[in-house]
Amino acid sequence: MKYLDEYRDADAVRRLAAAIGRAATRPWTIMEICGGQTHAILRFGLDELLPPEITLIHGPGCPVCVTPVELIDKALAIAARPGVIFCSFGDMLRVPGSRGADGRAADLMAVRAAGGDVRVVYSPLDAVALARANPSREVVFFAIGFETTAPANALAAALAAREGLVNFSLLVSHVLVPPAISAILGSPDCRVQGLLAAGHVCAVMGAAACRPIAARHRVPVVVTGFEPVDLLDGVLRCIRQLEAGRAEVENAYARAVADEGNPHARRRMEEVFEVCDRSWRGLGRIPRSGLRLRSAYAAFDAERRFGVEAPGAGEPAECLSGLVLQGLRRPTDCPAFATRCTPECPLGAPMVSAEGACAAYFRYRPSHSRQDRGTILKRGAAR
Amino acid sequence: MTCPVPNQDYDRILLAHGGGGRLTQRLLDRLFRPAFDNELLATRHDGAALALGADRLAFTTDSYVVRPLFFPGGDIGRLAVCGTVNDLAMCGARPLWLSAGFILEEGLAVDDLRRVVESMRRAASDARVQLVTADTKVVDRGKGDGIYINTAGLGRIIAREPIGPASVRPGDAVLLSGDIGRHGITIMAARDGLAFESPLESDCAPLHEPVLELIADGLPIHCLRDLTRGGLAAGLIEMAQTTGVDFEIDEEAIPIVDAVRGASELLGLDPLNIANEGRFLVILPERNADAALATLGRCDVARGACRIGRVTGAGRGETILRSRRGTRRVLDLFSGEQLPRIC
Repeated sequence: MKYLDEYRDADAVRRLAAAIGRAATRPWTIMEICGGQTHAILRFGLDELLPPEITLIHGPGCPVCVTPVELIDKALAIAARPGVIFCSFGDMLRVPGSRGADGRAADLMAVRAAGGDVRVVYSPLDAVALARANPSREVVFFAIGFETTAPANALAAALAAREGLVNFSLLVSHVLVPPAISAILGSPDCRVQGLLAAGHVCAVMGAAACRPIAARHRVPVVVTGFEPVDLLDGVLRCIRQLEAGRAEVENAYARAVADEGNPHARRRMEEVFEVCDRSWRGLGRIPRSGLRLRSAYAAFDAERRFGVEAPGAGEPAECLSGLVLQGLRRPTDCPAFATRCTPECPLGAPMVSAEGACAAYFRYRPSHSRQDRGTILKRGAAR
Repeated sequence: MTCPVPNQDYDRILLAHGGGGRLTQRLLDRLFRPAFDNELLATRHDGAALALGADRLAFTTDSYVVRPLFFPGGDIGRLAVCGTVNDLAMCGARPLWLSAGFILEEGLAVDDLRRVVESMRRAASDARVQLVTADTKVVDRGKGDGIYINTAGLGRIIAREPIGPASVRPGDAVLLSGDIGRHGITIMAARDGLAFESPLESDCAPLHEPVLELIADGLPIHCLRDLTRGGLAAGLIEMAQTTGVDFEIDEEAIPIVDAVRGASELLGLDPLNIANEGRFLVILPERNADAALATLGRCDVARGACRIGRVTGAGRGETILRSRRGTRRVLDLFSGEQLPRIC
C-alpha cells in the first residue's frame, strides 16, 4: 500500500538501524515528543534495533494524557445531564476523573452506562451535524488536543456560528506543544539532548516554528513522521547533529510538512481561539500553553453554558504520570505499572490513551517489559 | 504506598464488556465461569462436546445484535445462521439442527423481518441445517434495535480425535483460512456517523465445508477456532492462555487486503483485533500442513488459506508476533471497546 509499505520496509529499517549504530560514538538521550511516535516505536520494536548508546525517552505529546483531571470531571458532569449529547473522540471515554469517597473514579463509559448520552465521533463536524439534527438537545463536543486537532475544532465552532446553531458548544482543553517542550527542556532534571518533533503538529505550525526551541535550548530538532523508516531516519539525523555539535531544525517529514506549515489551518485556529494559560496533567500550569475560545465565540463555550465547577481534583498519589510525561521516568519504573494500574483500571491517563506511553509498554510487551524492568532502571541510572 | 488498591470492577455493564477484549474475559472469568463451573465449560472451546450413548454431539449458542441490520455481504439473519454453524464446525461437527429466538422491536417493518427470515432460510439451506424450533417476543419501541436473534445449534461430531485447545502441541502449524478484517470494517463503513465509503463486503460465510473436507481427508486436526469478535489476536491469545503453549506468528504472512489496511490506519485500529465472520484457524501437526492447505484451497470460503505461524513450545501462554524487521512483540488483548456491537 502506497505511503505505508515503503515506510515499513524491512531492508530500509535495517539499513537505518545500522547507520545509527555507526553514527553514535557515545551515549545520547533523545525525546520523541508525540505519543503516536511512542506507540509506533514500541509496536514495531524500534527501540530494540537501536545501539545501547541511544536512549529514547517519551514526551508529553499525548493529548488525552495531558488533559487535566479537572476538565475530565467537568466533562463527566456535563455528560451526565439530561438532554445533553456529549461527543468525544473514543480515547477520552476511559480516562478516569477524580476519585470519589468510595475510591472509585468514574469515566465517560460509566456515565454512558448510567444513562448519559455519550457518543464517539471521528470528527468535530459530526458533532455539528448531530446538533443540527437534534435541535431540542444540547450537543457538546470535547475539544481536546494540540495544534493538530485545533483547526478542525475551530472549523466546527465557526460552522455552528454561521448556521446559528444555539444548541452546540465546545468543552475546550487545547494545549500547545512549544511551551510544554520549553518547560521540560528548562527543567534542571532534564536529560534530553535532542528532539524528534511531532510531524502532524508541524504540518500545521510549520518546521519553522521549531527554530526558537532549537536556538534557545541548543538542541537539535528533527521534524519526524510516524512510520518505522520515518522514526529511524529522525533518530539518525538527530544523532548526526549531536555528534557534530550542531543544534538545528531538520525536516525529515517533508512529504507532509512545509517550512511554513499550513497557514490556512492556522488562520482558522486564530479566528476562533486565543492563547491562554493552561494546566497540563502531570506538568502543572504552564503560561501561554493553551487555547481558549475568543470572546466572539463565548456563546459556544460549554464551561460557560453549563456553569460546571470541578470539585477539588485528586490524582492517585501512586501514579507517576507527571514524571512519565516529562520523560523523567519510564512507565516500567512505576511500582503500580501492570499491577495496580492497567488499561482496565488505570490510575493515570498514560495507561488509557492510544498515545499514552504506559499503555504502549503494557500493550506491546506485557511480560517482556516487566522482566526488563531491572535493566531499564540500570540503564537509566548509568546516565 | 498509601494509595488504596483501586476497585477493579465497574459496577455497571459497559459496552466494552461485550467487545471481546479484556473486560469480556474478566466478566467470563469472574462471573459466569465460577457460577456454572463444569468440565465441559472449562474446555473454553467454541461449543461443548457432549457424549450421548455412542454418539458425540456438539452444542453451541450465540446472540446477534448487529447494527445496521443489513450490510454489504450479509445481514443479521445470515450472520445468525453462519455464526452458530461455524461454532459447531469448530468442534469438528457436521451441523444438523438450529433453534432461533427472535426479539423484535415494536414498529419494525414486516418487510425487513421478511428479508431477514428469507436470508436465514437461504443460509440454512447453504449450510445444510434445519431450523427446527423457534420463539418470538416483541418489546416496546425504543427497547430494542429492530431485531435481535439468538440461535443455538446441534451437530454430530465426526472428527475421530478431540478437537480443542487441549489438543494443541508444540511444533503444530497455524493455518489461517483467508484475509482478515473485512467484516468489522464493512460494518464500520455501513454505520451512520462514520463518513467513509469502502468497496468491502463482509466475509460472513458458513465454514462447515472446509472443516468437513479436512476431516474427510483424514487430517489430524488439533484445534479449530473461528475468528469473530476480538479478531485473530483474541483467537490466538485465548488458545495460548487456555493451554499454556506459545504461538509465534509471522506478521507479514497474515493476509490483509489494502482496503482493510487503509481503513484500519485511518481509524487507528489494529486489523488483528477486527472481527471476521467467515475466517478460522486450523492448528495441526506441521507434517500435515501442506496437505491441509491443499484441501482448504479447494473450498471457496477458504481459498486464501495460508500458514501464518507455529506453536513454539509449552511456555507462558504468550503469542509473539515476529516482523521481517527482526523485531518481536507480544500480542495482547485490547482493552475497552474496539468496535461496539458488530456481530
